[in-house]
Amino acid sequence: MKVNVKKIATDGVIANNPTLKLVLGTCPTLALTTLAMNGIGMGAAVTFVLICSNVLISLLRNFIPKQVRIPAFVLIIATFVTIVRLLLDKLLPDIYESLGLYLPLIVVNCIILARAESFASKNGVVASALDGLFMGIGFTLALTLMGAVREVLGNGTIFGLKLWNFQIAFFASSAGAFFTYAVFIAMFSFISAIVSKKQKRTAYAKTLTALETNVSTIEKTTEEI
Amino acid sequence: MAQLLIIIISAVFINNFVVVQFLGICPFLGVSKDFKSALGMGIAVTFVMTLTCLITYPIYTYLLVPYGMEFMEIIVFIFIIAAIVQMIEMVLKKFSPTLYNAMGIYLPLITTNCAVLGVAELVIDSAQMASILRMSMNFGFAILYGLFAGVGFTLSIVIMSGMREKIARLPINKHLKGFPIAMITACFIALAFYVFALV
Repeated sequence: MKVNVKKIATDGVIANNPTLKLVLGTCPTLALTTLAMNGIGMGAAVTFVLICSNVLISLLRNFIPKQVRIPAFVLIIATFVTIVRLLLDKLLPDIYESLGLYLPLIVVNCIILARAESFASKNGVVASALDGLFMGIGFTLALTLMGAVREVLGNGTIFGLKLWNFQIAFFASSAGAFFTYAVFIAMFSFISAIVSKKQKRTAYAKTLTALETNVSTIEKTTEEI
Repeated sequence: MAQLLIIIISAVFINNFVVVQFLGICPFLGVSKDFKSALGMGIAVTFVMTLTCLITYPIYTYLLVPYGMEFMEIIVFIFIIAAIVQMIEMVLKKFSPTLYNAMGIYLPLITTNCAVLGVAELVIDSAQMASILRMSMNFGFAILYGLFAGVGFTLSIVIMSGMREKIARLPINKHLKGFPIAMITACFIALAFYVFALV
């Protein structure tokens, strides 16, 4: 079976970005974007769980009965979340501390269940693993970007490095989280509208030139006849 | 009595589950388009949160901790929540069809609501609770915290639905329609709740 890597990659990172386009997994996005570093930590944890659960669900997709698939998916996801939690607690206690309550809550993160239900339970192992990877990258990028904006404006630092003494407390507070997220979704929608308009225009121009060459060849052949 | 007051103010206002702790954002944005369904969702979530605390707290403290199986908490909790939701659905269907029709559509959504798993994880975290409430946890406090965290959720989702009903009638830029304007609305509610955090 052929796997369309390019399509899965653009789908996961841009076209169907889980945070900015599908608006899934909003709770950790709002709560953890106070610092850019949190975005990377949370993103890596979610990506790991996403890849593992997608692979396992894809392998078991022909064995799990349709009626009990949701509990089965939740059990698989909960197992991997437990593994991540134990690993982080031992290996990276700082990140474990900063993610706090939101680490066990990866279980109920809608991105993972949504990908299990709509992709992994219908596609092969390699495609599912790639889908998990690129969806995870899309999530991580969006979280890190939002975290960077909020950290610079609300804290005057980026990835913990001091930039200036100027800070706006609003962006560090919970209200700022909602506001930043709203602006990001609106900007994403605005930019993708412009891009799709441009793409349509180039496609239109292409068909137009193709038509013109067709017409000229037809004229040429008529003359020859 | 004073302890009860601390739990109420802390759970409903200072540490409001939705706008301060960002738990249960999905239903907060998804089911807040009109007042009636927002209230229904709020009551259903409050009920499930209270029941969850009632069951998970003793199971964790008296079963998992003594046998050294704390690492199983996530798997155990999510299964308890799924079972509770399924059971409520069955009981309601059998004994109160009218209530089932009013609440039924929200019930399956509650299993994946992070507010429910969040409250179960929060009440067993004694260090976190001690810093929030400034007193040691016990079984009764856990149930009360679950109940009033649910009340806080209901309060914020009802305020949100009222504001969104008004906003729906305004002409809004097409890129801001839907989620972005809902989040800007939530931003103002969060600003209002921010006052309690300053006290």
